[in-house]
Amino acid sequence: MEIIFEGLQILARWDVMVALLVGSVGGVVIGAIPGVGPAVAIAILLPATFSLDPIVGLTVLLGIYGSSMYGGAIPSILINTPGTPVNALTTYDGFPMTMRGEARRAISLAYASSFFGGVFSVACLILLSPVLAKIAPMFGSREIFLAALLGLVLVVIAHRGQMLVAGMLACFGIFLNTVGLEPVKYSKRFTFEQSWLASGIDLIVVVLGLFAISQAYFLLQGEDERIRVNKVRGGMFQGFRELAKHPLVASVSGGFGVIMGIIPGVGEFTAQFMSYTSAQRLSKNPGNFGHGSSEGLIASEASNNAVPGAAMIPLLALGIPGEALTAMMLSVFYVHNVVPGPGLFQNQLDFVTALYIALFFLNVLVVIFLLFATNFLVALVKIPKRFLGVCILTLSFVGVFSLRNSATDCAVAATFGLLGFMLRRLKLPIVPIILGMVLGGIMEVKLRSAMGRVKEPLDFIERPISAMLFTVIVLILVVQVRRAWLDRGLGRKSRWSVRKASMQFGTILFRRRSSLLRERGRRARRPRLPFARQ
Amino acid sequence: MAELPTVSAKMPLRGQFLFAMLFLALTIALLSQVPAQTRWVEGTRLFAQPRFWPAVGIGGMALFGLLHLWRLPRRRLVRTDLREGNLWVFSLEFFAWFMAYVWAVPMIGYLLCSITFVPLMAYRLGYREPKVLWTGALFGFSVVFIFKTVLDVKIPGAAIYDLFPPVARNFLIINF
Repeated sequence: MEIIFEGLQILARWDVMVALLVGSVGGVVIGAIPGVGPAVAIAILLPATFSLDPIVGLTVLLGIYGSSMYGGAIPSILINTPGTPVNALTTYDGFPMTMRGEARRAISLAYASSFFGGVFSVACLILLSPVLAKIAPMFGSREIFLAALLGLVLVVIAHRGQMLVAGMLACFGIFLNTVGLEPVKYSKRFTFEQSWLASGIDLIVVVLGLFAISQAYFLLQGEDERIRVNKVRGGMFQGFRELAKHPLVASVSGGFGVIMGIIPGVGEFTAQFMSYTSAQRLSKNPGNFGHGSSEGLIASEASNNAVPGAAMIPLLALGIPGEALTAMMLSVFYVHNVVPGPGLFQNQLDFVTALYIALFFLNVLVVIFLLFATNFLVALVKIPKRFLGVCILTLSFVGVFSLRNSATDCAVAATFGLLGFMLRRLKLPIVPIILGMVLGGIMEVKLRSAMGRVKEPLDFIERPISAMLFTVIVLILVVQVRRAWLDRGLGRKSRWSVRKASMQFGTILFRRRSSLLRERGRRARRPRLPFARQ
Repeated sequence: MAELPTVSAKMPLRGQFLFAMLFLALTIALLSQVPAQTRWVEGTRLFAQPRFWPAVGIGGMALFGLLHLWRLPRRRLVRTDLREGNLWVFSLEFFAWFMAYVWAVPMIGYLLCSITFVPLMAYRLGYREPKVLWTGALFGFSVVFIFKTVLDVKIPGAAIYDLFPPVARNFLIINF
């Protein structure tokens, strides 16, 4: 209890309050505009927060991260377009409800479920904090190395059907991180005698290029759509009443969100998928799922909103980001000389608690804002996409140029923007590059320091946590190899759908052979049977 | 029930082979530069070698890149690949717009640059209504006001500000 009061003391400042308000409202607005998303907003705002206090800067970014999914539910429900990628599953039940004329019910239920998910994860975090404070110091260099490796493996595996590309891009990220002056032996790596490469490739420049500028190119190259949305009339409190009728679905979904958020590299999408599937199993009406089921909507919204809070656990306790957004936040910590890791929980538990409490207030603020401002957000959905692209390009300039006032940084970011544009066009993942850069850096430093204390290779896994992490990595890899072996025949057909059914006459007859033989056989045999009825 | 999406959406086939080839070409170029661009330090353990992690990264790129190429359902260039490649080349126009903006800010100032860049680009994209163009200019002004004037982000004053009297020059440098 004492630690909660200490956390509250840190937050009791006008600038933190303003940051909380700006972050929460800004996040909802950004989430409600399809095509922007929290990654773009955080990438742009990141350099602007460098001049702020750590708690103020992090509160703004945390606000955007935590509240964007609330806003993202609005276009998902009203126009069948997810505001943020993680609201994709909300469209499955939200839009059919709108088509039935129940838009208000769907939106209010989405708000209530999101609020439940957010508060549930904060409650779990506050309860888990003392445990984490005890466990985190058990993580030495080798454990952190293995946890980072596990994160990287999970990031690759999470991209099912694209694992090879994800692995390729994660390795590209690892390579990008090595460019520049190597800090121990002071040797240059892949600088090609260029002075601007000597300090390496800045993570924020790459993030801005891959997320913000590439998104701008993508929108600029696309076409505007005519969008018609009707105003949502009536009160928004009915969702809370309806949520109270499904406590099991909400709790299980929130639990999935928390667990998936804690595991690095997994994130909202897997949480949503698992909670949706389990909610369907628990439901008395599983057939309604995908056709406007309130339980489906609760499952998807409660789980994705439980993730941001939980994703802060590996970041704060071990210094390992589980996804692109927490990777960006890691750089904010470093800029302010706050080093996430076991030491943070031991020495600055009040700061960590303050962040959790900020997350709680954020959820309250967002719900209050949404209860009254939904129709304003509905209007934002109509902003033309290409004009939005111009806006993002203009904002990206602030993000990149304000870092070091370097035109070279801008050129590098614009080049990564082209790479991101290609990846977006081909629907290939961008996140592995960022996590490869961040986790690759952590792995390099931790492996070097861990190997200094290890005499034989097996000593590396002699401690219980490192042995456990190593076993988990090996198990995951074995399961994946087995699955790949079993799927090898089906994979190509199902992923790419290139093998079309032949329309040749002979092949059609061959495909229908059993039914033809059955019908023809009956007809052909009938007259020959001596006792057959005519 | 409708089919649930997986983590990754279905990938289009167009452009995949071209991208895989370009990526592999980059990987081979980097691989050839490993001995020249990294150092092997005698008497240092493998994991502490400056060459170790670049080699891991590029090695992984090569391994996964080759496997990806091998698993592609179509391993030859067709017209749709080239059309996709053309689209990537066309996006260089936006790259040029962005770099022109970057180049112009230190010359004519952040404010002037922003309130002309947004409407100009909007005009180029086909928006002709005065309402949209004015909205663009207003957006440009808002960005400068929020980031430079309020949040005080580091963007240097423009060369053009030297033409103003000292008081106005200082005001412009600090705020716009």
